[in-house]
Amino acid sequence: MQLNTSTSRTWLAIRRGHRARPAEWLAEKLIFLVSLSAILTVFLIFIFVGREALPIFLGKMNSSLVGKVIPPEEMDKLTPEALRKYLDLTEAQFKEMDRETMKLLMELKVETADEAPKDKDAAVNTTAWRYLIFPYQWSDYEKPVSIWQPISQIPKYNIAPLIIGSIKTTLIALLFSVPLAIGASIFVSQLAPVRLREIIKPAIELLAGVPSVVLGFFALIVMASVLQDIFGYESRLNAFVAGIALGLAVIPVVFSISEDALTSVPRSYTQAALALGSSRWEAAWKIVLPAALPGILAAVILGFGRAIGETMVVLMASGNASIVSWNIFDSTRTITATIAAEVLEAVVGGPHYRMLFMTGALLFLVTFVSNLVSEIVIHRLKHRMEGKVA
Amino acid sequence: MNQKRQFTARRFAFSSFFFTGVTGLASFLIIAMLALILGNILYNGMGALSWRFITGGTQQDMFDVNKAGVLPMVFGTAARVILMTLFVLPIGVITAIYLTEYASGHTGITRFIRGAVSNLAGVPSIVFGLFGLGFFIHFVGQNMDSLLRPDDPKPLWGKEAILWASLTLAVMTLPVVIVATEEALRAIPQGLREGSLALGATKLQTIVRIVLPQALPGIMTGGILAVSRAAGEVAPILMTGAAYYMASLPRSLTDKFMDLGYHVFILSTQSPNIEQTRPILYATVIVLLLLTFALNFVAILVRAHMRKQMRLFA
Repeated sequence: MQLNTSTSRTWLAIRRGHRARPAEWLAEKLIFLVSLSAILTVFLIFIFVGREALPIFLGKMNSSLVGKVIPPEEMDKLTPEALRKYLDLTEAQFKEMDRETMKLLMELKVETADEAPKDKDAAVNTTAWRYLIFPYQWSDYEKPVSIWQPISQIPKYNIAPLIIGSIKTTLIALLFSVPLAIGASIFVSQLAPVRLREIIKPAIELLAGVPSVVLGFFALIVMASVLQDIFGYESRLNAFVAGIALGLAVIPVVFSISEDALTSVPRSYTQAALALGSSRWEAAWKIVLPAALPGILAAVILGFGRAIGETMVVLMASGNASIVSWNIFDSTRTITATIAAEVLEAVVGGPHYRMLFMTGALLFLVTFVSNLVSEIVIHRLKHRMEGKVA
Repeated sequence: MNQKRQFTARRFAFSSFFFTGVTGLASFLIIAMLALILGNILYNGMGALSWRFITGGTQQDMFDVNKAGVLPMVFGTAARVILMTLFVLPIGVITAIYLTEYASGHTGITRFIRGAVSNLAGVPSIVFGLFGLGFFIHFVGQNMDSLLRPDDPKPLWGKEAILWASLTLAVMTLPVVIVATEEALRAIPQGLREGSLALGATKLQTIVRIVLPQALPGIMTGGILAVSRAAGEVAPILMTGAAYYMASLPRSLTDKFMDLGYHVFILSTQSPNIEQTRPILYATVIVLLLLTFALNFVAILVRAHMRKQMRLFA
């Protein structure tokens, strides 16, 4: 390894060329810079999604409606910076405004403070962690509830309904798609005649090419009614419909990875099993499948990442009601659908906006980790397979 | 091969027969569902699909079956995808060149970069949308506004626009291009590079004149796959530039745009009368599917051609 790094700097052992030709040197540096910038964007994603979410993660945000009110007469006592912060203005807006408008804004602040509800709820900082996760007894509810209600007099940002919604639809999608996809991958890679294989594989790859908005459209317009007729549940759009449609998006992902894993098992395994008198199925089930199991696991993990991150299908087919319920036939709202539906309406930099980025950052984290895990698993499997052949 | 068939035929195993049936049924079910979806869409949509529909604008009423057309959406989708290609292709290809031709493949850093890039491929598109909103619009755009035109309070760059949507999609499809190009570059026999160098060409000359032309089909496949993925993607452009309705086609990079996929979303969720607008909805879906399938098909053809060429080398 050590040796490798030192020699690899010379490309095919030609080192002199670099110093002799300035154009060559320049081109190389340019190529390096461009690729560096491409790689930096990866980290920019972390930074910029995280940046907006950070105040929530650290508990620095305050969405409490009862704040300190400064009477308009005392305007001149404030420093410009303090005044700008007090009025929630950006620097550009602050420069634009004249004294009179700002005075009006201050009077407005006093008025809203007078009109704000006087109950204990108004004083609650709803972006604090314990209100985000645990149920809370709001004064106009009978019992403690977890509720996502960003547009209301007292905005409530409990993410429990969204997380439950996401997990619910994802589980339905996986329960529906994983058996089908793995069954199909065993069939295609182990049991099917070659001619059939040549038809099935491209057909499933075609399914991967269907945009998710089309799957969402189909679930909303056609599938929802058909499934309602069959199962007879109450709300037409629910976690079940969304989960099935989501499953259609997951099938090609799970299929192609698990098919890859099964095909990467050396042919000699199957041949040896057949030579010892096992049937085709026994060879596939007892020999090939156990060998490829890590790859199939990776396929399922990737399918999970795909399902939990999918937006359009759930936005269109899940009904979008944020209720805490594990009933699969209840209308459901997921993290992704919430972000897509609300982010443009949220005030930039406000608690709602930051909450949406926070849920986005959570999603990012979850999918990134699941990708990483499956990547490592696949890598190890490949290593092992190649090692054993040699 | 022949011998094996005789061998399995002689010993009939029920479990083998049964499970081949079960797994075959699973495959059949998947394909049946796909056929059902496509059949339903074609059956309901073909009637409304006409030349007027494809080339018509929506200056009148986009919910009127007899007047609505998808030209603005086709234009918007094409424009954002072409813009995206202009960004992602050079950067992706150059990054792949760096990773395969210049950087050493075994150091920790290159492996780390490869891992990061391929991991990026699995990040949900909505997260890219948030990134586009937070970085391109609210950071780059607003800073451009305050630097370039500090006197104008109305934002020009710091709002949703086709430029930001394309850039967001470019970041999203970067891994596709990098991975495909890397694969193509690595498939080129080392002997070609050595031959070129032995004849006195420099490294850059070798890359530009020998390596890249050979890798072109692979690079194109990557580009087409990126385009077909981006063409159907709605979530990230929903928050970076897609418009519900626009009276005219986008004229500059800072305009918003109408989009095919987003239009499918609007027609299926916000139509004033879903029964009446159903034909337009189905026809729009057909246009979108035709676009993405055609792109996928071209990618498959190019790849098959490339494989054949590869075999000639070997």
